[in-house]
Amino acid sequence: MHYFNVLIVDDEEDFLETITKRLNKRQVDASGARSGEEALELLKEKTFDVVILDIKMPGGMDGIEALREMKKIQPLAEVILLTGHASVETSIEGMKLGAFDYLLKPIKLDDLLKKIAQAIEKKDIHDNKIRSAQIKKLLRYW
Amino acid sequence: MKTSLYKNLQRKIIGITLVVSFAPLIILGVTMYYQFAKTCKEKTEEQIQYRAMAQAEAVDMFLKERIAILSSMADTHNFNEMIDEENLSNIFIVMNARAGAFVDIGVIDDSGVHRAYQGPYNLKGLNYFDQPWFAEVMSKGVFLSHVYMGYRKLPHFIIAVRRDENRKSWILRATIDPAVLEGIVRQAQIGRTGDAYLVNKDGIFQTSPRFKGLILSQSDLDTSLFGGRVTVVELENKQGMKLLYAGSWLKNNKWLLIINQEPAEMMQSLFAVRNVEITIIVFGFLVIIMTTIFTTHLAVSQLQESDATMQKLNAQLVQSDKLAAIGKMAAGVAHEINNPLNVILQKTGWMEDLLAEEDIKKSENFEEFQTSIQKIEEHVERARKVVHNMLGFARKMEPRLEDVDINDTINQTITFLENYARTNNIEIQTDLSGQLPIIANDQAQLQQVFLNLITNAIDAIGKDGLVEIKSRRLDSRICISIKDDGPGIPEEKQKNVFDPFFTTKEVGQGTGLGLSVSYNIIEKMGGTIRLKSQVGKGTTFTVEVPVVVPERK
Repeated sequence: MHYFNVLIVDDEEDFLETITKRLNKRQVDASGARSGEEALELLKEKTFDVVILDIKMPGGMDGIEALREMKKIQPLAEVILLTGHASVETSIEGMKLGAFDYLLKPIKLDDLLKKIAQAIEKKDIHDNKIRSAQIKKLLRYW
Repeated sequence: MKTSLYKNLQRKIIGITLVVSFAPLIILGVTMYYQFAKTCKEKTEEQIQYRAMAQAEAVDMFLKERIAILSSMADTHNFNEMIDEENLSNIFIVMNARAGAFVDIGVIDDSGVHRAYQGPYNLKGLNYFDQPWFAEVMSKGVFLSHVYMGYRKLPHFIIAVRRDENRKSWILRATIDPAVLEGIVRQAQIGRTGDAYLVNKDGIFQTSPRFKGLILSQSDLDTSLFGGRVTVVELENKQGMKLLYAGSWLKNNKWLLIINQEPAEMMQSLFAVRNVEITIIVFGFLVIIMTTIFTTHLAVSQLQESDATMQKLNAQLVQSDKLAAIGKMAAGVAHEINNPLNVILQKTGWMEDLLAEEDIKKSENFEEFQTSIQKIEEHVERARKVVHNMLGFARKMEPRLEDVDINDTINQTITFLENYARTNNIEIQTDLSGQLPIIANDQAQLQQVFLNLITNAIDAIGKDGLVEIKSRRLDSRICISIKDDGPGIPEEKQKNVFDPFFTTKEVGQGTGLGLSVSYNIIEKMGGTIRLKSQVGKGTTFTVEVPVVVPERK
C-alpha cells in the first residue's frame, strides 16, 4: 500500500465499485462514497489526501456544494473533479474554490493515476512547507 | 410562383399609375380642345357675320348710287330732251363715264311705250304697260327689279325712276349687268371654299355663285331662316357637307347677301392646335409609360432584392436556432452517454486487470478475451470521440483573439493532411493571396474549420483528384475557397449539409458534426460559410471572415 489515501465520490454505483477495486489492486488506498453527504461524513471521521468528486450528481448535494463543504472540513485534501459533460465553466468554478484539476468522463485509469500522482506531489510540497514552518517555529522557542 | 407575384405587383402599380396620370391629361386635353374649338367657332361666325354685313352695305351703296345717278339725270332733263336719241346717248355716256355698270338706258312714257333707247338691243317701241314693274314705278317712283331674262335672253336687272313733268309722268329706265353686282359680292368670298352671292326672297340666285349653280337657278336656300340684319346658320348642303352661312338682307329687302364657308377651312388653326395638342399628349403618354415602367421595375426589383436578403437572413436565423436547440440537446445526451461509457470503461478495465492474473492466463480462450476487451475499449473510445465532438459543438466557446495569418493557418492545416491526400492520390493546390492582412481571430478554431473542409473535400473525391484552395481579400473580408472535383452534392441535400448529424459518409466514417461545428465557429466570428455545388462537377466551400485589425500591444 502507498502512504496516501483516496476518496471517490460518485452516484454511479457500478463505477464507484469498479474504480475502487482497480485502485486497490494498484495498491492505492481508495474508499467510495455514493453522495456528497456520505463523503462529508467520511471526511469528518478520517483524513484523505485526495478526493475524486463527480461534479454532477442528480439529487441531493451537487458537486460544487460538496466541494465547498469539504474544503471547510479538510482544506488540505486535494480535489480532482470529474465531469460527465464538458461544462468547463463549472470545472473552472470548482478550481476557483480550491479544486486541484478536472478530468472528463469517461476517464481512463492511467489518466486518473497520473492526476492523483500530481495532486499528491503538490500536497507533499505543501505539507513539507507546513512541516518546515512548524520546525522553524519550534526552533524559535528553543 | 414568386416571380409571378412580383410581375403581378408590377402590373398593378403600372396600371394604377398610368390610369391616374392619363385621366387628367386626357380630361385637360379634351377640355382645352373644346374650349378652343368653341372660341374658334365664335370667332369664325363673328368674322363671317361681319363680312356679310360689310358686303351688304357695299351692294346697298352701289345700288343707291345707281338710283341716285338715274334720278338726277331724270330730274335735270325734260321729256323732250330725253327722247332725243342724241341727247340720250350723251347722257348715257356721261352716266357710264361717272359710274359705269349701265348696259342700256331708255325712256318710257306714261302709256308704257318705249320712246327712246340707247344700248345694244333694239327695244325702242316696245310697250311695257302690262308689265307689273311699270305699274309699280308709276305708283312708287322708284323701282328695282329682280334679275330676269326679259326680251334679250340675258340675265339682267333694271332700275327705273319716274319723273313728273307738267302733270305728266315719264320713266327713265336703265339696265344693269348683274356681273357688276357679282364682282362686288364676290369680294366677300375667301379661301378655297368660300362663296358669296345674292339670292332673292324665293331663293333664286341673283348673282352666279362660285360653285354649283347658275344665275337665276334655284339655290334651295330657305330664306326665311335669315332675319334681322345679319344671321349666321349652319346648314348641310346637297353634298351633305356642313357649311356655315351668313345672310344679310339688303336695304331694299328683296335681296339677301349670302356668304358661305366650310367651317373646316375657317378652323384650320384649330386643327393645327389640335395636332400639336395630340402630339404633346401622345409624347406625354410615352414619357409617362416609359418612366412608370422604368421606376416600377426599379422599385419592384429592389423589393425583390430586399425580400431575397430577408429570406436569406431568415434562413440563417432558422439555421442558428436549429443549431442552438440541437446543441442543448447534444449537451444533455452527451452527459447521459458519458456516464454509462465511464462504467463500461472501468468494467472492462477491471476485467483486463483480472486477466493479468496467473490462472486465467492459462485459459484456452485467454487471447479471445483479451482481444474482445481491447475491442470494447476501442469502441468506447470511438463513442467517446463522438460525444466529445457533440460537446465541442454544443459548447459556447468564445473565440480567443490572437494575431492570425490566414495563409499560414491554411498551410499548417495542409501539412496535417498531406499524407492522407497523397495516399489517395489527391493533389492539393494552393493559390494564396500575398495581400492578406494579419487579423485578430482564433487560430485554433480557424484551423478546425479548414481541417473539416479540406478533409471533406478529400473524402468527397475519394481517389485521384484535385483540391484547390484559394485565399483572397475582398474589401473588409477575407475569402477562402476550398474546391474539390468530387461528385458534387445534389441540390436537395445542399440545404442540409450544415445540419448537425447530417453526413453523406458511410456509417462510422463521420459524425456529421464537422460542418455544423464549422458553421457555428465562423458565424460567431461574424463570417459566413457557403457552398456551391454541381453534381458531376464538384463542390466549392467559401469561407468569409471579417478583417479585424489586431490591437497594438
